Amino acid sequence: MSTTTKEINVGDVGARAEAISDGSRMALNVGPSHPTTHGVLRLLMELDGDTITNCEPVLGYLHRGDEKIAENMTYNQFVPYTDRLDYLAPLANNVAYAITVERLAGIELPPRCEAIRVLISEMARISSHLLGMGVFGMDAGAWTPFMYTFTEREKLYTLFEELTGARFTTSYTRIGGVARDLPEGWLPKVEKFVDELPKAIDEVEKLLTRNRIFLDRTEGIGTISKNDALAYGLTGPNLRACGIDLDLRKDKPYSGYENYEFDVPIGTKGDCYDRYLVRIEEVRQSILIIKQVIASMPGGLWYAEDAKKIFAPPKEKIMTNMEELIQNFMIVTEGPQIPAGETYFEAENPKGALGFYLVSKGGGVPYRLKIRAPSFCNLSILEKLVPGHMLSDITVILGSLDFVMGECDR
Amino acid sequence: MIDDDFVKSLLGSRGYLSFKHRDDCLTLSCPPKHLLEFCKFLRNEETFDLLTDLTAIDHGENASPRFSVVIHLYSLIHKSYLRIHVCCDDDNSPSVPSVSEIYPGANWHEREAYDMFGVKFSDHPNLKRILMWDDYPYFPLRKDFPLAGIEVPLPAADVAEVTGASVDPAPMMGGPFVSPGQGRMSEAEPSAKDESWTETFEKPL
Repeated sequence: MSTTTKEINVGDVGARAEAISDGSRMALNVGPSHPTTHGVLRLLMELDGDTITNCEPVLGYLHRGDEKIAENMTYNQFVPYTDRLDYLAPLANNVAYAITVERLAGIELPPRCEAIRVLISEMARISSHLLGMGVFGMDAGAWTPFMYTFTEREKLYTLFEELTGARFTTSYTRIGGVARDLPEGWLPKVEKFVDELPKAIDEVEKLLTRNRIFLDRTEGIGTISKNDALAYGLTGPNLRACGIDLDLRKDKPYSGYENYEFDVPIGTKGDCYDRYLVRIEEVRQSILIIKQVIASMPGGLWYAEDAKKIFAPPKEKIMTNMEELIQNFMIVTEGPQIPAGETYFEAENPKGALGFYLVSKGGGVPYRLKIRAPSFCNLSILEKLVPGHMLSDITVILGSLDFVMGECDR
Repeated sequence: MIDDDFVKSLLGSRGYLSFKHRDDCLTLSCPPKHLLEFCKFLRNEETFDLLTDLTAIDHGENASPRFSVVIHLYSLIHKSYLRIHVCCDDDNSPSVPSVSEIYPGANWHEREAYDMFGVKFSDHPNLKRILMWDDYPYFPLRKDFPLAGIEVPLPAADVAEVTGASVDPAPMMGGPFVSPGQGRMSEAEPSAKDESWTETFEKPL
């Protein structure tokens, strides 16, 4: 609009005061603590009226040095830290981390363990998407759907608590298996939950999907092209909403995903509305997967029996057998013995592809563990995506990207 | 297809590449000066569209080359990963050409690698720290950086002036960390690598 624009460096903290000086542009700071940012993301923006002309995300407010910590503790000790990456789907993170280490160690898991892992990953996906959709509705001004999704999420958390002992920080997997077998009578409860869930999803859809206000606020907003999505390394629902069919559960099946039938929903336009639709459909597909897993849940062991130096034997054996006691002692004090080498594994998590790049020099402690966080990559497109939108679209765009700062900053 | 023929033709046409045997995916080592050309080729002609990960490794203070950069690419057509190792020539001021021109998503990954390891990416559009604050003086993921951290001035100078506060190292005793810090670890919470009584102190009664 104005041709006498003064260049404002939005990265400059002092820009706020300086920017108002000629009245043409304004620098606006959002976050790090702001309801829109779903955590501690900070956006430095330059505004021309209500239009955003520049946007610079600032990260690191939740940086805890997880990768450094990983280099200083044994493999199993790091499992609780993976809970705190994407803390809306801790079970899926546990699974991704465990599979990475197991691939390097070359451990084959029994079918029951793999089925349990698929089951909990999909439950984590539903839990994460329920929150994502509810909060997205709230960002667009619709309070009620949030209540519906949170009621369902609460039921899931009760199930998680029964399985792992914790609602939030589950730490359920171990290298070479899971912490304990499924509790008795737990699977029927899960089945009852997934039987009732579609009804709740339908109600959310009735409130949102054809809601005029919601449509006006999300359709055609935050459109990402296929090329941009690939160039910036987007993954998960955000990438699929752009029309790119990349789902690692189909393309690089792990943990026995190839045994289950499900569809991969993809969008067409890549706007905020498509991202919402893709998530809704993913929840429905997850329900299908869970039903298949429950129907075909294999019996047998829930840990790899031949992984002697890696998985600690069950407690009752430790208390009675000398050999198992020594084995347990070595695993606790020295850590699971993983051979030297390197491996990279990505799992299809609710937010996108969560990757672990593991370098081992042998022994019980990783030499280097890089965490490829999907939220980190998904947010990197903000600099390109946001400029040109109105300030009020920021809430919708951020809500639709469904990121978690815990894994972004690590 | 990513098979032996593909690898052979790749190695045949590009003499600078060297093959490393890895079980999980095709791994190639590429010298820094050829990296851009190789990445361009992979993206434009071999459908490796997605840069999934870029990171650095510190091989230890005494190792040479000390730093290497590791890139993971994914091809939607081949449904396969490809790993590129790039060894930094100079151990004291490591530098690698930036691939953010080819893969814009590499921008933040490279900033992170610079932030954590001090590896410079030449021709990067905006190479500054991303997770630590701008004035932070160290590179935390280097092997010679202690787990607890090093005391540094508070990022907010005006607050530091009034309160005298600084950013202090994490307390080592009793926490989850395993490190031979000050004092006798056996008296703190027992931890996996606690063998202090075998070396420095007598075994506690």
